[in-house]
Amino acid sequence: MTDATPPGAITWQVADVVAAWAESSTARTLRLHLPEPWTYLPGQHVDVRLTAPDGYQAQRSYSIGSSPADEGSIELTIQRLADGEVSPYLCDVLEVGDQIELRGPIGGYFVWRGERPVLLVGGGSGLVPLMSILRHLRRTAPDAPVRMIASVRTPGDLLYSGELGDDARLIYTRAGPPGWAEPPRRLRPEDIAAAAFDEGPAYVCGPTGFVDRAADLLLAAGYPADQILTERFGPT
Amino acid sequence: MTPRLRSRHELRLPRILRQATPARGHGGPPPPGQYYESGFPTLTVGPTPKVETAAWNLRVDGLVEHAIEWDWNAFKALPRSTFEGDIHCVTKWSKLGTSFSGVSVDELLALAQPKPEAKYVLATSVGGYTTNLPLADLVDGKAWIADTHEDQPLPREHGGPARLLVPHLYFWKSAKWIAQLRLLAEDEWGFWERNGYHHRGDPWQEQRYTGD
Repeated sequence: MTDATPPGAITWQVADVVAAWAESSTARTLRLHLPEPWTYLPGQHVDVRLTAPDGYQAQRSYSIGSSPADEGSIELTIQRLADGEVSPYLCDVLEVGDQIELRGPIGGYFVWRGERPVLLVGGGSGLVPLMSILRHLRRTAPDAPVRMIASVRTPGDLLYSGELGDDARLIYTRAGPPGWAEPPRRLRPEDIAAAAFDEGPAYVCGPTGFVDRAADLLLAAGYPADQILTERFGPT
Repeated sequence: MTPRLRSRHELRLPRILRQATPARGHGGPPPPGQYYESGFPTLTVGPTPKVETAAWNLRVDGLVEHAIEWDWNAFKALPRSTFEGDIHCVTKWSKLGTSFSGVSVDELLALAQPKPEAKYVLATSVGGYTTNLPLADLVDGKAWIADTHEDQPLPREHGGPARLLVPHLYFWKSAKWIAQLRLLAEDEWGFWERNGYHHRGDPWQEQRYTGD
């Protein structure tokens, strides 16, 4: 039995949008006040439910990006999908003072319970749950060794760019910033070798292709399969 | 009160729903909270295993008269059948009108012969993934060991060479890289079921999480 999920039902509640800001050129962070607050573990997600005037509803899952130490509110970072049904509303229309329905926390597998050292490997919006881990680690275990690899298409796609830390290893797959020393490329074995620890878990989150590649490279670098925690999203 | 959308935004019905053809699948709206997805997303716990057919075995054991293990050739010699319809993932996507073929679990159980006290099944995958199901959800033409998807060998990322297929439940019950079905008298929780997800997972009842 896990302590990640409260016993009983995970109930819907109406959350207030108390702040919102652009997190990248294509993503927005919402800070939400929960009238019925719950505790959560870094890595968990929530389900968001939107209801149209005619009653039609749509649900999506979004990872929590904030630290559980920030009591009273949670932050979700929403990647705007051009063809999306829900994300354009959350990114472009929803305003501070509006309300949305959500329920959580959900998931007891891709969670950080204080393990150390920690390797974080994120692609695109896969950085969101990793940011929750990084923020919480800095708050609760600032001496714990942690390394971050972030792979994004362009600098404009990088989430939390001011918070990743100077030692984060950045990979640009389409175009780097002006003066970037290397051409666009994918994640490579040497990226994993430079960041790998001899022990502890690796958390990998991102699009399916990225996660599969990263997981295979981690296996090749000697990480046991059960120490490679993955969260995949997006179509194949 | 349920908050409604601001009027200047409309939730757009996904294209595939508008084009749904009643000839395959049920053709109506998806289960509650689901949307139709034209692709076939991949969701896996940890790295994707590499399972060669030469090393593949399927074992049915526990509360059965005859514990049986099939290798790939023996499995391929069993009578085959096809499922055509929809599948539903707890992460909200449903795939409309797809097909899988393989061996009905009924065929395996006819050979293994469940004992009367067998009420539950724990399915185990290569790599250790598990999921639990009532035996009643695996019989009477509702479940398969599928090795073929839309007339092609089941791709590795979708559980190839063979996966459990239980299309009337959320798809985490359809364990990829299936290795074992163990029949039990008492329910034994599987991986996601220990991690906050519902024990049965009926999409039409929206049984996503513990307590739903």
